[in-house]
Amino acid sequence: MALPLGLDIALQHLAHRRRQTLVSLLGVSLGVAFFIAIASMMQGFQQDFISRIIDIQPHIIVKDDFRDPPRQPVEVLYGDGALDLRGLKPLDETRGIRGARSMLAVLEEEAGIHVAPTLSGNILLRFGGKDVSANVTGIVPERQRRVSHLEKDLVEGATLDALYTTANGIIIGDGVAKRGGIRMDDLISVVSPTGVVLKMKVVGIFSSGLTLMDNFDTYVLLKKAQVLQGRANVINRINIRLDDVEQAAPLAARIERQFGYRAEPWQEQSRNVLGIFVIQNVIMYSTVSAILIVACFGIFNVISTVVFEKTRDIGILKSMGFRDADIRRIFLMEGLMVGVLGTVIGWALGYGIVEFMGTLRFAMEGFVKAQGFILYRTPRHYLISGGMAILSATLAAWIPARRASRLNPVDIVRGAG
Amino acid sequence: MSAFAIETRKVTRELPGPVPVTLVRDIDFRVAPGEFVAVTGPSGSGKSSLLYLLGLLDRPSAGTVAIQGAETSNLSPDQAAALRLERLGFVFQFHFLLPEFTSQTNVEIPMRRLDRLDDRAIRRRATELLETLELGEHRHKRPDQLSGGQRQRVAIARALANDPPILLADEPTGNLDTHTAQIVFELFRDLAHRQNRSVVVVTHDTHLAELADRRVHLVDGVIVDD
Ligand SMILES: Nc1ncnc2c1ncn2[C@@H]1O[C@H](COP(=O)(O)OP(=O)(O)OP(=O)(O)O)[C@@H](O)[C@H]1O
Ligand SMILES: [Mg+2]
Repeated sequence: MALPLGLDIALQHLAHRRRQTLVSLLGVSLGVAFFIAIASMMQGFQQDFISRIIDIQPHIIVKDDFRDPPRQPVEVLYGDGALDLRGLKPLDETRGIRGARSMLAVLEEEAGIHVAPTLSGNILLRFGGKDVSANVTGIVPERQRRVSHLEKDLVEGATLDALYTTANGIIIGDGVAKRGGIRMDDLISVVSPTGVVLKMKVVGIFSSGLTLMDNFDTYVLLKKAQVLQGRANVINRINIRLDDVEQAAPLAARIERQFGYRAEPWQEQSRNVLGIFVIQNVIMYSTVSAILIVACFGIFNVISTVVFEKTRDIGILKSMGFRDADIRRIFLMEGLMVGVLGTVIGWALGYGIVEFMGTLRFAMEGFVKAQGFILYRTPRHYLISGGMAILSATLAAWIPARRASRLNPVDIVRGAG
Repeated sequence: MSAFAIETRKVTRELPGPVPVTLVRDIDFRVAPGEFVAVTGPSGSGKSSLLYLLGLLDRPSAGTVAIQGAETSNLSPDQAAALRLERLGFVFQFHFLLPEFTSQTNVEIPMRRLDRLDDRAIRRRATELLETLELGEHRHKRPDQLSGGQRQRVAIARALANDPPILLADEPTGNLDTHTAQIVFELFRDLAHRQNRSVVVVTHDTHLAELADRRVHLVDGVIVDD
């Protein structure tokens, strides 16, 4: 007599309503399986994206602007009053990070921090009668290679040092190359917004996997960028890479406090995408919850039916000396059994789907390039989906179970006898 | 402590409502250990209602019910259930066996709920009870594979499972032919006289009631003859 009595009775009830029970079981299993498959796919993609960002992009970018622009002298003097200023001439100042040299020196003092100054701007690449707009970043190769992945992402050309060895060298993204029909060693005209035109030679092509970078970014020596922009000795960005990426946000805040310039940690640079991830997760949880809710209606339905059909048995059990709690437990156990069994089947199914998706190969290009699904496997997905399924199955059983426990045996035996 | 297995004092049960219904009124009723009592009366006279009160399935509106000398009106529902499990056995007109289980399992259920014997002892006792009631070869049949009389005997075996000192039966022979009914009643008499149980049986068959030690006649919820 291995089974406890309540479990024995509960099993008989479910066996009696076999088809309905199977349908509910299927609902729970599908909910759990979908959760595991979707979560693994989405989180795989998200984590891959984040690790690529952390790998490729600087962890902090210090920019040549301020989070709160400095107040104008008239504002300080007159507060909110409306003023009519005549004969005002805006100062034609050269923007950029002032005191960059000392800032770099200070930051370099600290352990685990690598810094690289850059100057970014826009250019037009002219090649074979075709104009392609792009971002240009002036870099110092020996510093840049320590803060970004650029050198490792080169698919043509060997190192960033090619910028030194070739006069007027430029490195472009493979997307830029494609758009402009440009190939390695081509001579192209680079036109800057200030009107400077330089003939430059392609000494490298990179492919980072981040679509936006590959399609728009180009790199030249810092000095050349300063020439193109007509801003000698100016830098407008300091890129920082940390040995410990967790420190990005606190360090960025500290830099802002210390130097006043806006310092964006990687989370802020990718704010848009990270925001989309949050929405994706909300959609995923809603979808799976909807499936589980439907499954729970099934469970509610089966157990309500059983309670209705087994009213007589409930009456006799109570007259025999079963307590309300014993009766409630029987029906709760039925919900729990569907929940647990559904979870186990769902786990197996989910595992199967994930492994199947892992074998699929196809090219996709969104935020990132990939060959097939990027899957993230973690016991957490199994725990969350199982927890949700078992909890909701038990809740679904609660209502009919409570009704069963409250049935009055006198009404039942009188009614049937 | 009272020597009676069941003792009621001025038990009245009213169903509340716009027009209150009185099921039984001012019942003073005693059953001694080893006594076999038949409750008779016309349909609607309150026989079943009285039995539910004696069995603690229902609570009186006024008056008291004592089981083996212990007052029951202050018992919680769970305590009343525990008392039913241990000391009271019910048999109804319809057998009320659990249809999914075999005779053997049906008889084991109250013992498994009480959980006082180990599994082996429970199985052995269920088998013995069924054999005593000449159901040995029907132990592994489900209720739908048994005849009406056999089912009722399984129900009696189940009522006896926890060896209760009190057995309450509500028209247990209502669906049985006269011969089988006679056998069942003789069984009740043996249970009272040989095993010293108190047996209260509701019936409207006056002929069968003759087999009892005592007859209580109810009319309109009141005992008119004892
Ligand atoms: N829920 C109820 N509402 C109203 N009246 C009820 C209710 N239950 C029982 N009664 C009435 O109480 C009276 C006693 O019923 P009870 O079942 O005790 O009679 P009985 O003697 O067992 O009858 P029978 O021989 O037909 O089984 C009956 O008149 C019945 O109609
Ligand atoms: Mg009756």
